[in-house]
Amino acid sequence: MTTMATPTQSTPATPAPVYNPKSESGTAKRIKSIIFHIVALALVGVVLYPALWMVASSFKPNSEIGGSTTQLWSNNFSFDNFVTAMDGIGGVSTLTFFTNSLILAVGAVVGTILSASVSAYAFARINFPGRGIFFGMMIATLLLPFHVVIIPQYIVFQQLGLVDTYVPLLIGKFLAADAFFVFLMVQFMRNLPAELDEAARIDGAGHVRIFGSIMLPLMKPALISTSIFSFIWSWNDFLGPLLYLNTPEKYPLPLALRLFVDQTQSSDYGAMIAMSVLALLPVLVFFLVFQRYIVEGVSTQGLKG
Amino acid sequence: MTQSPTLSRRSQSTAPLQQRPSRRRGADARAGYTFLLPWLLGFIALTVGPMISSLYLSFTNYNLFDPPKWIGLDNYATLFQDERFLQSVGVTLSYVVFGTPLKLAAALAIAMLLNSKRKGQGFYRSAFYAPSLIGASVSIAIVWKAMFGDSGPVDEGLSFFGINLGGWVGNPSMTMPMMILLTVWQFGAPMVIFLAGLKQIPADLYEAASMDGAGPVRKFFNITWPMLSPVIFFNLLMETIHAFQIFASAYIISNGEGGPAGSTLFYTLYLYLRGFSDFRMGYASAMAWLLVIVVGIITLIFFKTSKSWVHYSGDSK
Repeated sequence: MTTMATPTQSTPATPAPVYNPKSESGTAKRIKSIIFHIVALALVGVVLYPALWMVASSFKPNSEIGGSTTQLWSNNFSFDNFVTAMDGIGGVSTLTFFTNSLILAVGAVVGTILSASVSAYAFARINFPGRGIFFGMMIATLLLPFHVVIIPQYIVFQQLGLVDTYVPLLIGKFLAADAFFVFLMVQFMRNLPAELDEAARIDGAGHVRIFGSIMLPLMKPALISTSIFSFIWSWNDFLGPLLYLNTPEKYPLPLALRLFVDQTQSSDYGAMIAMSVLALLPVLVFFLVFQRYIVEGVSTQGLKG
Repeated sequence: MTQSPTLSRRSQSTAPLQQRPSRRRGADARAGYTFLLPWLLGFIALTVGPMISSLYLSFTNYNLFDPPKWIGLDNYATLFQDERFLQSVGVTLSYVVFGTPLKLAAALAIAMLLNSKRKGQGFYRSAFYAPSLIGASVSIAIVWKAMFGDSGPVDEGLSFFGINLGGWVGNPSMTMPMMILLTVWQFGAPMVIFLAGLKQIPADLYEAASMDGAGPVRKFFNITWPMLSPVIFFNLLMETIHAFQIFASAYIISNGEGGPAGSTLFYTLYLYLRGFSDFRMGYASAMAWLLVIVVGIITLIFFKTSKSWVHYSGDSK
């Protein structure tokens, strides 16, 4: 598959009986490259088709989405679906749902950054009794199906009168409950040279100084990928809001979408899909802007797991 | 997993700073627990505490309003006579058993295709990764439902080739393939991880194999697979555990009911319905604990069997 640029490639002219199946001429290489791009682009087309179909359908009149028209783009291009979608549902405007989603996502980012970075510093840079055991438990929670905690959590929040508020959805973020981010930051900090802390300690700096003035600034890449992922996960979260929120005025977008599906059923497909597009828009913008951070983050942090 | 050697090295290298070791140790312990406080609080209040109480609840009858009534193992016994429960186990298992290997096979195949020095790597990688970011969202579930619906684009496309399946959404035998396609579509995240692993394999291994006349198949089984095995193991473990917990897509596609004919009644969806629509919270807790036990056993089996096929390059003790 992969043609390595071996140094022996430049010697096919010599009649020496060297068995070298990998030597290729320039044209053969170019043809291979073209075939690669054709195959890869075709695959990209297949993979991205659902996204294209979604965007294209959101601009189509209802009558054209299902059946009869096999073509992706319609000639009757219109924004009607978006106008309907922006009206919202149950007397609540879609702008409200957007704001709610934004409040929850920003809260999640702030909470996660604060709590995960502090906790990760303890794991990565401080020697204290029990560290190994707690670290192991933190890793174990990565593998734990979270369904085992939702029922008791719900009962407690219900008794505290916190159902239908954002507290149950945000408190975990401020308590580093997403172990993935703690783990990510621990890994990142462990790769920073230990001499930094030692030098600072000799200069008389305590842990607060070392964390605030040395670690945090150096952790920028880890903080950025944490922010991106906690934002997107919060933005897409469905189960949490489904469990805890009852009044439509407080719904974030995924829950509003479900309400929309329930109430319109298949009668207004166009508006439903337009709203789906709107709900994904911030995620897509994030992806386009930060794609290097996102993909890089997955490949390095995933690998270190 | 692979990180333990560096862990011990680091802790050693920070240790030999010993002016007044005892005072330092005491200060470090205090600082350690202070910094750890957010996580520790969350761990106790949001994980350990709830786990213990859900274990207790699983032995009770509890409806959120009356006090829990101890019934011993009744919930667990009832589970195995509950046809809907057994169905949800079947649905989830077939999703995990077929969906996860297919997804990882797609991820590995495309990672190998992309693993070269050709132009456009960044673009392809991002394009293939994109579905992983949005695939579990409500929006995509809605789109999936529309695409696989009666005379949606999938039905239309297949009809063009003379295959008339009708809508997949309403057909109990087609909903599972539809859900599996949804997870396979999100092959990008494991693919990116595979790609990073492939780049770590030294090129001279392949060159040496070529010299010895090895073809692509032998190179795959003798070089790529063993060298990549830690990454394959990681992806397999994470994707399997993840697959057990699918919820939002199943909920949206089946209107929160698990239909048609229970064909999308995933484990977590049934758990949710029992706990939060029927308010049989003891029963739902028993389901949750059973899931933890099953996932725990699977993780254990993975780790035990990994010794025979996962090769860590650092194993040179």
